[in-house]
Amino acid sequence: MEYFLKLFLSGTAKGSIYALIALGYTMVYGIVQLINFAHGEIYMIGGFTALIFGGFFFSKGMPVGLVLLFSVLLSIMYAAAFGFTVEKIAYRPLRGKPRLSALISAIGVSMVLQNFVLLSQTEKFLAFPSYLPEFKWLQPYKEYINSTQLIILGVTAVIMVLLTLLIKFTRIGKAMRATAQDMHMAQLVGVDINQVISVTFIIGSALAAIGGVLICSYMGQINYYIGFIAGIKAFVAAVLGGIGSIPGAVLGSFVLGWTESLGTGYISSDYEDAFAFIILIVILLIKPDGILGRTQRQKV
Amino acid sequence: MKRRNMVLVVFAMVSLLVLSGTQGVFAAPTIKIGVAGAFTGDLASYGLPTVNAAKLVVKDINDKGGINGQKVELIIEDDQCKPELATNAAAKLVSAKVVAVIGHICSGATKAALGIYKDSKLVTISPSATNPPLTQSGEYPNFFRTIAPDDAQAKLAANFLTKTLKLKKIAVLHDKGDYGKGFAELVKQYAEENGVTVALFEGINPGAPDYSAVVNKIGNAKVDGVVWGGYHPEASKLVQQMKDKGMNIPFLSDDGVKDNTFIEVAGKYAEGVYATGPTDTSTNPLAIKAITDHKKEFGAEPGAFFLNAYAAAQALLNAIAKAGSTDYNKIVAALQSEYVDTPLGHISFDKRGDIIGFGFSVFQVQNGKYVELK
Repeated sequence: MEYFLKLFLSGTAKGSIYALIALGYTMVYGIVQLINFAHGEIYMIGGFTALIFGGFFFSKGMPVGLVLLFSVLLSIMYAAAFGFTVEKIAYRPLRGKPRLSALISAIGVSMVLQNFVLLSQTEKFLAFPSYLPEFKWLQPYKEYINSTQLIILGVTAVIMVLLTLLIKFTRIGKAMRATAQDMHMAQLVGVDINQVISVTFIIGSALAAIGGVLICSYMGQINYYIGFIAGIKAFVAAVLGGIGSIPGAVLGSFVLGWTESLGTGYISSDYEDAFAFIILIVILLIKPDGILGRTQRQKV
Repeated sequence: MKRRNMVLVVFAMVSLLVLSGTQGVFAAPTIKIGVAGAFTGDLASYGLPTVNAAKLVVKDINDKGGINGQKVELIIEDDQCKPELATNAAAKLVSAKVVAVIGHICSGATKAALGIYKDSKLVTISPSATNPPLTQSGEYPNFFRTIAPDDAQAKLAANFLTKTLKLKKIAVLHDKGDYGKGFAELVKQYAEENGVTVALFEGINPGAPDYSAVVNKIGNAKVDGVVWGGYHPEASKLVQQMKDKGMNIPFLSDDGVKDNTFIEVAGKYAEGVYATGPTDTSTNPLAIKAITDHKKEFGAEPGAFFLNAYAAAQALLNAIAKAGSTDYNKIVAALQSEYVDTPLGHISFDKRGDIIGFGFSVFQVQNGKYVELK
């Protein structure tokens, strides 16, 4: 039982890592119906930005709390700028064209950004210092969960709630929902869809940057390639939960985390990916739109 | 007159030939040593440093008067690392009456040539053929090498776990890759032969952000040590997540982790980690001398297996000197009993022909540096 609890908690922690990235994925998909493969790269760039600025502030003797705050803020701004620009350059010209074109464009952006970081930064693995606090009261439970995992879990929950509130109760949220329902109709009733889509990308990229800082702090290392692997898993999680649904992305991530963790614990870590994809196939066979995905009726 | 002139000319030519060949008609016959390996073709960069090393060692010896008054002469044959050319090269060396051979370079070519040398009773000493069965099969008593075989690293790791750390139950993880999994499988095999229980043997996904599930599994298996076969990025995540969960059991890994990047990335978590890697020769004065001599003589940095070849030549010539003859049995006995100081260290050979005194060593991270454990 104790072992089960440990595995369950490590699955939860793993799930919240996937969820941090999956949230941005699913939000962009929910509004523009585009699988933004460059999302993983924005997450990686967020991590690199925090590493560079964090190192700079730390060397200037700033206290750890402020280093964390400023490096996170700067990395959010930087990643948001990247997301905004990528949408303008690579996706907007393809709006209204077949969806496959935008998808291929997204894969292209992903490669460009990876190689940009590879060439402008380094191909090596770098140490990522953790500026996150360590909770003393958590020490007795360290076998179950550590401070960073708890922070990631908490941040994921907060982001999920805030995003849901934003989409349900604010003016921009209403515009987002309208754009998601029908882009042309929204335009006709006066919604500036260009602005709405830009805001969507900015928020999605900001979330990726937060994910980048937290996950890199947890791993203790960063490399230009981390976005690709994390992006694939987060994508699976988003599809599992029902792509386009905010709570669905979180639930899907947890299901994925638990499956991998329990599969590793009771069977073998050799087949970790196999468990992840078996559960994906099973769920998609039962519910083709994912756990919380709304069934999209074909509009005639 | 014509006939007498002809005789004179022939006589002059013959004496010239003899003079140029052996530096004087009155010197004792030379000791001929064959050097065989890839000296042309796409693998020439593996073989040429061996020729240079042999030339440097022979020059040193000849400058000091040779071995027991006899000068040493090198006979160089190319095999391009191809087994079919290696047998040709071997046949040529045998007919040139060499007393021993330094070579070959590639394991495949070495194996092809060894049968010929064995039949002709010629000691063969390779600086670079790492294929384990060459020595371990016992088929080639004439074969020696100055490089550790491919499985030496895993054997050393397994022996270190059982004899030095005295572990009873271990977990072995790997990254599912050729290098990591190969190492992990061999460690498992040797550790089990030493009576250690391998409670866990699993591959993990390289690049994954989180290994806490498998770390929990290690904790649950109640092992007293973990072996990792793979590279440093995963190793640093594993040690970090293990120590975060309060698991302070020994962590031992391979040459892929014996890299300073590991210490940079893992930071304080790297402390105490063990890793096996090639023995460090950079501070050996003989290695420094050999490299300086190479730069002076050939005007470039030495290439692959240079120090191994240098040691092979030294060991061979030393054995001939100690044996006092070029008799096969005496040379073999001398190689196996005499120690010689070389750029690789104080070396000798075991009964199967593998090098003693050089190979892989266990290193431990101490105060942010890899320290070789003696």
